[in-house]
Amino acid sequence: MDDQPRTPWPALAGGRYLRSARPWRAAGYLAGSALTGIPVLLALVLLAGAGAALGLVLVGLPLLALLCLVGVPTGAVERRRLRLVDRTPARTPHRTPAEPGLLAWARLRYREQATWRELAYAVLHGLLLWWVDLAAVAVLLGLPLLLLTTPLQLALAADGEVKVIKLWLVTSYPAAFACAAAGAVLLPVLLHPLGALAGARAALTRALLTPRERELQGLLAEVTRSRARLVHAFEAERRRIERDLHDGAQQRLVALTMTLGLARLDAPPGPLADRLATAHDEAGKVLAELRELIHGIHPRVLTDYGLTGALADVAERSAVPVDADLGTALPRLPESVEAAAYFGVCEALANVGRHSGAARATLTARHTGTALRVDVTDDGRGGADPAAGSGLTGLADRIAVLDGTLTITSPPGGPTVLSLEIPCPVISPTSNP
Amino acid sequence: MPGDQPHEQSLRIVLAEDGVLLREGLVGLLTRFGHRVVAAVGDADELRAAVAAHTPDVVVTDVRMPPGLADDGLRAAVELRAARPGLPVLVLSQYVQRSYAADLLDSGDGSGVGYLLKDRVGQVEQFLDAVVTVARGGTVVDPEVVRQLLRRRRDPLAALTPREREVLGLVAEGKSNGAVARELVVSEAAVGKHIGNILGKLDLPPAEDTHRRVLAVLAYLRG
Repeated sequence: MDDQPRTPWPALAGGRYLRSARPWRAAGYLAGSALTGIPVLLALVLLAGAGAALGLVLVGLPLLALLCLVGVPTGAVERRRLRLVDRTPARTPHRTPAEPGLLAWARLRYREQATWRELAYAVLHGLLLWWVDLAAVAVLLGLPLLLLTTPLQLALAADGEVKVIKLWLVTSYPAAFACAAAGAVLLPVLLHPLGALAGARAALTRALLTPRERELQGLLAEVTRSRARLVHAFEAERRRIERDLHDGAQQRLVALTMTLGLARLDAPPGPLADRLATAHDEAGKVLAELRELIHGIHPRVLTDYGLTGALADVAERSAVPVDADLGTALPRLPESVEAAAYFGVCEALANVGRHSGAARATLTARHTGTALRVDVTDDGRGGADPAAGSGLTGLADRIAVLDGTLTITSPPGGPTVLSLEIPCPVISPTSNP
Repeated sequence: MPGDQPHEQSLRIVLAEDGVLLREGLVGLLTRFGHRVVAAVGDADELRAAVAAHTPDVVVTDVRMPPGLADDGLRAAVELRAARPGLPVLVLSQYVQRSYAADLLDSGDGSGVGYLLKDRVGQVEQFLDAVVTVARGGTVVDPEVVRQLLRRRRDPLAALTPREREVLGLVAEGKSNGAVARELVVSEAAVGKHIGNILGKLDLPPAEDTHRRVLAVLAYLRG
C-alpha cells in the first residue's frame, strides 16, 4: 500500500488525489450504499409492517423485537464497507456475551447502547442515506461520464441524434465532441465533491457504528478483568494439582518404597532379592522425579514461608551461584503476587544458567510499602533478547495482569538486569525468615 | 541387605501422619523392629494431645497435615520442643526445604532433632537408624539438604580436599566418627584427623560430641 492518507478528506486539494485510486474507491463506496440500503429498507418495512399488523395477535411482537436488531448485521456490513475509503479498522462496539447461547447474546444486545445507535443508523440508511449516495454518484460521476461518451453514443445511435442527459439534442460530431470536452473538464472538478461526500459519509458511519470512548474503556476493563481471572484460575489449578499429587500419588509411592524396602530385608539372597533391589531403587528414582515435578508445579515453601523462604530456596537450587539479598524478611503478600515473583526469579535464574555464561548472579527483593521490587543481576555476556524467551513473555503477561512491570536491560558485554515491580498491599507484617 | 535383627532399644513413639496408607505402613514398620507406637494420629492437634498424654521417647511427624494442611506438623513439633526442651523429634518432609530444616534445628539446642525426606522411609534401615539416633539426642539432617548447603557455600569450602568435603557432608548428616569411618572404609582415627583438619580450616571450635559438631557445621553452612 502507498502512503496515502486514510480518508479522502485531506488529499482532496492536491492533484495526487486525482491520480490515485481514491476517487474511484469513493464512488464505489457511495454506489455500494444501495446494495446494503435496499435490503435494510426491505427488512425495516416488512418487519415493521408485519409486526404492526400482527401485533394485536401477539405474533407480531417477536417481529418487532427482531426489528430492533436490524442494525446489528447492518452495522457489521457497513463497518466492513468502510475499508473502501478509510483504512483505520472499525472495531465492533459490541461486547462478547459472557455465556454461550442465543438468549445470552440477545439479552446483551438489547442492553447495549451500541445496538440502538446501529438501529438509528439502519433507519437513516434505509430511508435516506443510500438514496443520497446513489444520487450523488449519478450526478457527480454519471453526468461527466455521459458527456464524455457523447461521440460514442452518436456513433451508435440508430437515428443520428442523441439526447444528452435528456436535455440537449446533439446531432453533429463537433457538438458531440464539445460535449465530451465539457465532460472531460467536469469530471476532475466533480470528483472532488464526490470524495468529500464519501469522506463525510464515512465519518457519519464511524461516529454511529464504532465504539465510543466509554465503551472502549469498558472493553479494555473487561479484557483486563478476564485476563486476571484466567491467571487466578491458573494459580488455583496449580495448587489443586499439587495437593492432589501430594495426597495421592506421592503418598502411595512412599508406601510402596517402604513395602519394597521391607521385602528386601526379608528376601533371602538370590535373584529375587536382586530384582527387589532393582524395583526398590527404581521406585526411589520415580519418587525423586515426582518430587521435583510437584515442586515445579507449585512450591510448597511459597505457601508456608512466603517469598523470603521460597526465594532463598530458588537461589540455592540455581546452577549459577547466587548471592541472595532478601533484606529483612519480606511481608506476606497476596498469593498471586508471590507466585508471579517466585516464578519470575525461577525463569530469570534459569536464563542466567542457560544463556549468559555468568559466573555469579545477585538477587535482591524488597517491599517498598506499596510495591514489591525484585532484581536479578548477572555478570554474564549480556545481549539478552527479551523477545526470544517465551518464558519471559508469559511472565510479563502474568505480571502485567497484576499491574506490575517487567524490565530487562542487557547491553552487550553485560551486566543483565531483570527487574520486576508489582504494586501490592501487605497482608501480614512478616513471613517467617 | 545385612543386619535385620531388631534394634537393641525399644522406643515408645508418637507418630503423626495424615495419609492413612503411610501411617499404617509406618506403624507396621516401627512395630516390626521392636518399637512401640503408643499413638498414631492424623493431625497437629491430636499430635499435641498425644505427646502430652504419652510423653514418648521420640516423635515422628509429617510436615503437612490438618487442620491447616500447611506446615502444621512442623509448627507443632517446634512448639512441642519449646515446651519440652530435649523432646526428640524426627520430621519427615515431602520436600527438601532448608527453611523447614532450619526452623527445626533452631528449636531447643539442636540436639534430638532430625529432618528427613519422606522418601527415606523406603530405605528402611537408614530410617530406623535415624529414629534411634534422634531418640538418643543426636542430630540427623537429610543428605539432600546437606548437599544443597554444601553447594551454596562453595567459596570457603574451596580450601577443603575432596576427601575432607566428603567427610564434612557425612558429619553434617549427623553421623558419628564410627559411622563415617564405615561409610568411607577408613579407620576411625583417620576420620578424627580429617574432622580436626576440617574444623580448623573452617575456624570452628573443636568438638568431641557428635551433635555439637553437627550443629557447628550446620551453623557454618547456613551462615
